[in-house]
Amino acid sequence: MTPDDEPLLIADGLTKWYGRQLGCRDVSFSLYAGEVLAVVGESGSGKTTLLQLLAGQFEASAGRVSYRMRDGVTRDLSTLSEAERRFLFRTDWGYVQQDATLGLRMGVSAGGNVGERLMAVGARHYGEIRHAAESWLDRVEIDIARIDETPRSYSGGMRQRLQIARNLVTQPRLVFMDEPTGGLDVSVQARLLDLLRSLVRDLGLAAIVVTHDLAVARLLSHRIMVMKDGEVIETGLTDQVLDDPREAYTQLLVSSILPA
Amino acid sequence: MNAQAYNFAYLDEQTKRMIRRAILKAVAVPGYQVPFASREMPMPYGWGTGGVQVTAAVLGPDDVLKVIDQGSDDTTNAVSIRKFFAKTAGVATTTRTEDATVIQTRHRIPEAQLTEDQILVFQVPIPEPLRFLEPRETETRRMHALADYGVMHVKLYEDIARHGHIATTYAYPVKVADRYVMDPSPTPKFDNPKMDNCPALQLFGAGREKRIYAIPPYTSVVSLDFEDHPFEPYRQDAPCALCGATDSYLDEVIMDDRGSRMFVCSDSDYCASRRDAAAPAEQAGAAHDA
Amino acid sequence: MLELSGVAKSFTMHLRGGLTLPVVRGVSFAARAGECVVLAGPSGAGKSSILKMIFGSYRCDAGAIRVQHGGGATDVATAEPREMIALRRTVVAYVTQFLRAIPRVPAIEVVAEPLLANAVAREAALARAAELLARLNVPERLWSLPPATFSGGEQQRVNIARGLVGDHPLLLLDEPTASLDDLNRAVVIDLIAERKRRGTAIVSVVHDADVRDAIADRIVDVTAFAAAA
Repeated sequence: MTPDDEPLLIADGLTKWYGRQLGCRDVSFSLYAGEVLAVVGESGSGKTTLLQLLAGQFEASAGRVSYRMRDGVTRDLSTLSEAERRFLFRTDWGYVQQDATLGLRMGVSAGGNVGERLMAVGARHYGEIRHAAESWLDRVEIDIARIDETPRSYSGGMRQRLQIARNLVTQPRLVFMDEPTGGLDVSVQARLLDLLRSLVRDLGLAAIVVTHDLAVARLLSHRIMVMKDGEVIETGLTDQVLDDPREAYTQLLVSSILPA
Repeated sequence: MNAQAYNFAYLDEQTKRMIRRAILKAVAVPGYQVPFASREMPMPYGWGTGGVQVTAAVLGPDDVLKVIDQGSDDTTNAVSIRKFFAKTAGVATTTRTEDATVIQTRHRIPEAQLTEDQILVFQVPIPEPLRFLEPRETETRRMHALADYGVMHVKLYEDIARHGHIATTYAYPVKVADRYVMDPSPTPKFDNPKMDNCPALQLFGAGREKRIYAIPPYTSVVSLDFEDHPFEPYRQDAPCALCGATDSYLDEVIMDDRGSRMFVCSDSDYCASRRDAAAPAEQAGAAHDA
Repeated sequence: MLELSGVAKSFTMHLRGGLTLPVVRGVSFAARAGECVVLAGPSGAGKSSILKMIFGSYRCDAGAIRVQHGGGATDVATAEPREMIALRRTVVAYVTQFLRAIPRVPAIEVVAEPLLANAVAREAALARAAELLARLNVPERLWSLPPATFSGGEQQRVNIARGLVGDHPLLLLDEPTASLDDLNRAVVIDLIAERKRRGTAIVSVVHDADVRDAIADRIVDVTAFAAAA
């Protein structure tokens, strides 16, 4: 995978107001193939609003998001039809929810969860679908003997890994992650982060990861954006922003981490 | 019967027009569920009000009506509905499939080949095939609009994963005219192939859910399946104990407490006709109600 | 290969009411292919900061840091993040003073990481990593363990192996031998010499006089760039 010259995703002046309450204001950046951008901030910083705006889950109050489709044409997402948007969401994009129960069909078996996207785009061979599901379960370190169990019987970490498999099965180029390790035990977090790192590297994924945990940002991302009260405070290379923070708020965030 | 007590076929003319408009729309978009203003009928929801309203809308004074319930003309519901139309419309009724022009059915398609001169009206409990996986109406409407049917195959996948084969035996989902996915009503999957390219007009009415849908004559109706688990109509492996048919759908009748059973044609008219043909001297006698 | 001109850096501590700590100013020197430049000076003079600025971990307030590479030249001081990411993948490698141990990843994978990130086949990447670890006398039984529990010296050798595995034409080494015994110090000196012969430019911070003498082609005295307090 070689980095392309054209950006994969461009945010331009993205702004969202909830009535008089600011979600986020004037966010602009370009994301290239294979880059991981972490969006960090405390509660109320607007990071989740931004993620949802980027993923097209609701309309911006101002600004726009453009995405380079698989055919090479860059489209303004607000001009996509509902069908095109759904197709994009199901094939070229992934969205990993903080709460795995929202991102999975809890009443459907693990194999069905992973195979759903394939079936949604026309896969009609049960054996092949099951085989693809098995290989993905294996890749996210879930015992394939549990392929027919529903996620109700899975632990939190397993559900999160299942969610990742479900999203990656159609080989998306861009994955949105909302606090992917939130609420998980520390040892489980480490396993998940390790998995995410290798998948991002091996599949050449671009990703936007929202997290409040700077250590997760440092581990997973190349670039970082620090947000506070809906504004972007600082942005740049992850190690640069975390090692050499320029803004007062960033310095405050970095200095607040408790050493283990 | 007091002919002035009821309008023809019970419903007033405006209502019948409204239902016919819905039917026309349904026929124009095969398999698409058209909402309609379902009326209060003299039987409760769950007893065929949808089918009755559709039949009432299409019935004319010269029609011959047959009503079956699980294939049989003589169960309580079939008898009640037949009497209802005899009383409110004064139409001729029959138990013979070949003689009927309008056939209202609950959960079976007659074995006899239907013709272009016939209308088959199905009673439908839940019209929405996606309901079991997606409880939101807003979402299922959108899925139909966008032909977003992946989730149907998830259901079939789950069946195979759980049971080794597609375990759905009735209300088996179909794709109509290569566009809309439809619930054929709780007919056994044995009947699915009959819907494909059928010369008769097939109308579906759901009274409680307030939906009408239709399959125009000679429309393609394909049962959903996987390439490596193709659709197979299921029939019990036995001949009918009464008429010897090996090509009809059978009811299983438990004879005693020791578990002895016999299989009999579910379609009572089909069975009776075969028996009549085999022993013409005998009066097998299908009753005519007046 | 590498040229710094007029580079300056200071830290502004907003949490201390905006107190400014100057680090260096007017830093200018070059490193050519096959040459090892050693930054010398007392602790706190800014030697590590200069390495970090070359790698892009620190911003610089003024000046230029030009790196020559196959695709042309990049000024690290003004480069876009994606240019830096690309540069780090194929041109510049940085061996930090202390290994930042990622949880759960086995040592051999830590070392193979730069190759895997460059889409080298897994077996080839692990084989090359194994070679370096063996050369650095890291026992094979440790290769499948995460380095967090290793001794300081073992961690440093894993760190060095990771820096060297990708054959980057510009190497930044921050105290590469500080935690090592005589045997392994000699191995590292040999490895550095080999890389010089292969045309790698090296900028290193070394306190130990013997090591400095063994590897340095030129010594740059960082105190000359001291910024006024």
